[in-house]
Amino acid sequence: MSKPQFVYVTYIETTAEKLWHALTDGDFHERYWFGHHATSDWKVGSTYRFSKQGKPSVEGKVLESDPPRRLAYTWDPCSEDARRERTSRVTFDLEPRGKVIKLTVTHDNLDEGGNTLRDISGGWPMVIASLKSFLETGKPLPVELVASAA
Amino acid sequence: MKLDKFKPLTVYTIYIAATPEKVWEALTSAEFSQKYFFGNSVKVEQKVGGAYIVRTPDGALHISGEVVECDPPRKLTFTFNVNWPALIEKLGPTLVSYEIEQAGDAVKLTMSESHDRPLSDDILSGGRQGWPAILSSLKSVLETGKPLAVKMGPPARMLAALKELGIATP
Repeated sequence: MSKPQFVYVTYIETTAEKLWHALTDGDFHERYWFGHHATSDWKVGSTYRFSKQGKPSVEGKVLESDPPRRLAYTWDPCSEDARRERTSRVTFDLEPRGKVIKLTVTHDNLDEGGNTLRDISGGWPMVIASLKSFLETGKPLPVELVASAA
Repeated sequence: MKLDKFKPLTVYTIYIAATPEKVWEALTSAEFSQKYFFGNSVKVEQKVGGAYIVRTPDGALHISGEVVECDPPRKLTFTFNVNWPALIEKLGPTLVSYEIEQAGDAVKLTMSESHDRPLSDDILSGGRQGWPAILSSLKSVLETGKPLAVKMGPPARMLAALKELGIATP
């Protein structure tokens, strides 16, 4: 693991299969990820793209895909500021703990003091909280959450 | 106690579909806390200088502290000292702060665990293992009415580090 890195852990009452589906199904993704649709076949080496209302937001390559245990991809935000920074990496680890799943999101290979580090440090707790709510209650967190933090 | 000597060494943020008042109640009520705090119950005297106590399910005193900031339903800061006598002597007191902020229709809850000296990642691993489970379960209780049945072993890495420092644990 390279520093700086951002690690976020949560526990979700669901199955590893449902959580994997949530991370990889485009429509499901859009519901909890504040409108960002995901497109990919999630095979190692394939590209993926997140887009909101047809506009690309993040893209990259799938680095690891071991359903329903581990998914890793490179992270390239589609903004001018972020393009000047190096390509970072996101890894999702899914571990059963009794009747719940421990989800660990590790975002590393980040530039010290960069915009990406700042943005993802604020963003992951929102996305993962919304994902947890969606899987446990059927309702994601409202999209206004993102605006409230700006 | 000089608060400005304390630095946050572990910070955990979680967003909850609830009101600030509900989150405050969940953090400070004994009955509520038993559902998400590994069966432990929290008792807080809600005033500066008031007692903060956590008891295990069998009633034993597990954590004791004192409230140093109390601004319902926005901020609660208190000392949080595990009842292992050698711990404070060698590692100093622990300060925990909960900040509750409205975020759209949801609530942003930020927990900060602060210390008055640098501590190793091994020592801090206990809290870093515990807080995400406790606060994820709190979110579930508030949103679904049901806590999480998280299966978790003892904080082995922290216990090994404490043993190395000659700090006795139960």
